[in-house]
Amino acid sequence: MVEKQLIKGSEAIAEAAIRNGCKYFFGYPITPQNEIPEYMAKRLPELGGTFLQGESEIAAIYMVLGASAAGARVMTSSSSPGISLKQGGISYLSGSELPCVIVNIMRGGPGLGAIQGAQPDYWQATRGGGHGDYRLLVLAPATVQEAVDLTFEAFDLADKYRNPVMILGDGVLAQIMEPVTIPEAKAWQENHPWAVGKQHHRERNMICASYPDVEILEKVNQKLHMKYDEIRRSEVRWESFRLEDAKYVLVAYGTAARIAKAAVKTAREKGIKAGLMRPISVWPFPQQPFIDLIPQAKFFLSVELCTGQMIDDVRLATGNARPVYHFGRLGGVLPLPEEIVDRLEQLIKEES
Amino acid sequence: MEPIYTYPKTLIDVPLHYCPGCTHGIIHRLIAEIVDEMDIGKETIGIASVGCSCFNYDYFNFDMVATAHGRAPATATGVKRVHPDCLVFTYQGDGDLASIGTAEIIHAAVRGEKISVIFVNNGIYGMTGGQMAPTSLPGMKASTAPYGRKVESSGYPIKMTEMLALQDGCVYAERTKISSVGSIAKTKKAIRKSFELQSAGKGFSIIEILSTCPTNWGMEPLDSIQWMEQNMEAYYPVGVIKDLEGGGKE
Repeated sequence: MVEKQLIKGSEAIAEAAIRNGCKYFFGYPITPQNEIPEYMAKRLPELGGTFLQGESEIAAIYMVLGASAAGARVMTSSSSPGISLKQGGISYLSGSELPCVIVNIMRGGPGLGAIQGAQPDYWQATRGGGHGDYRLLVLAPATVQEAVDLTFEAFDLADKYRNPVMILGDGVLAQIMEPVTIPEAKAWQENHPWAVGKQHHRERNMICASYPDVEILEKVNQKLHMKYDEIRRSEVRWESFRLEDAKYVLVAYGTAARIAKAAVKTAREKGIKAGLMRPISVWPFPQQPFIDLIPQAKFFLSVELCTGQMIDDVRLATGNARPVYHFGRLGGVLPLPEEIVDRLEQLIKEES
Repeated sequence: MEPIYTYPKTLIDVPLHYCPGCTHGIIHRLIAEIVDEMDIGKETIGIASVGCSCFNYDYFNFDMVATAHGRAPATATGVKRVHPDCLVFTYQGDGDLASIGTAEIIHAAVRGEKISVIFVNNGIYGMTGGQMAPTSLPGMKASTAPYGRKVESSGYPIKMTEMLALQDGCVYAERTKISSVGSIAKTKKAIRKSFELQSAGKGFSIIEILSTCPTNWGMEPLDSIQWMEQNMEAYYPVGVIKDLEGGGKE
């Protein structure tokens, strides 16, 4: 029987990773995610694993590349400015088809911005982020329990697709404490036939993302594209809340979705037929559920902790069949549910 | 009958992409010979960097990881921490190691990362067409220093190996050159020593190899060697810079 425990989001993410075989962690300090490396620094040596604080986010992501190439389950975590620094390495990991888990605890930007939780890096996360034509599988938990479950599963998904998986959270998720159940430790044995290491019973292995022959590189791009298509078909996740008869569809992920959910409840109390569509996988984006909602929806309202980035995906999914509006507070300011309801009521008035 | 000459087992017999007169081929061969002699081909992992040598994963017949410009020491760190029993080496040029990758190489040395670093220094960016490197000599012409390197605006050549030798985590540092049969033999001995130290579980070691770039220097191969010995070697003297074979501090 696994007991519930009260734990901080960042520490829960770290423990969930360990429970699914992550024995290597490379990171660099940045707020508001420092509890992840701190937790790893304490726990991994107890388990015979390796925690290493790199000299920079750049070094840390290339340590991840090395450990992944060597066949290990490996994770790094950072926050917005640090994730920007890692982008070159994420591109190399993607091009080399190396599995790893990258935790991005977003904060306000641009530049150094502020340390409070925000969602200004949706585009960066869902469009690849670095150079080259690639995608990450990006999962956006809204609660600490979901962060645990998705982080645990992220390692299996990374291995399954030989692709980096990003856990897209924010400062609120990392700092909040909630009661959670963390899965029991799963035995994991490295068995990647492609990894480098002692090679007494196989031909030599080579890990690289360098293809000087353009004909070959085109084939590599096509192969990656086919993999991304498979992910699009198989890994779409979302949660719907009170959408059965909803005419007004709020769309939000992560922390914004928790506030939007409260707003839906308030709106319902006022007799407004509102519902929430919460993408859990933000790449691949859940397109079909939006298409299914078009007949009943008057409009969509994308609630984001930024000036509006996911709204692009909502528009792409709905093909402009219905108006798509935005509401957000910026820079790390969190909206109250009432502010969202006010915006909703105002839009209903304008629409009628 | 005892063979007196064979192609190294761990070097793949394909045409190399290097220019005529380039010394990368010689250095590749030395590494392969040592790996063969130590009989560690099945447990050697090379880290390819970015520069002229970036396709060496096609030449070495053991496990290879190709990484980004300057990041080979970080990548080697990740590999070595997972496989401490394997021999892990990086192969980096002077643009890679002495410019974009300075943070990674210094901190690998600081941590005493148990890797071997093969640092090929020819004072110029070869792959991209002869741009100025941090190791270019004062007055040396390059495509981005058409009037010659001016120390007033571009500073002085960087002495990486001396700087790395200062770090307590570095157990061995030597500078050699590729110019003659004798210097090639000395280079081989230095690389072998680095590999043996790593196999014995010692810390970080670096072998800097003074090399030439006839194509981008605009010289005949033999003239290049002469120029290297007269000019490069004057600034970057060859020899053992640090040797802590027994462990502990100097």
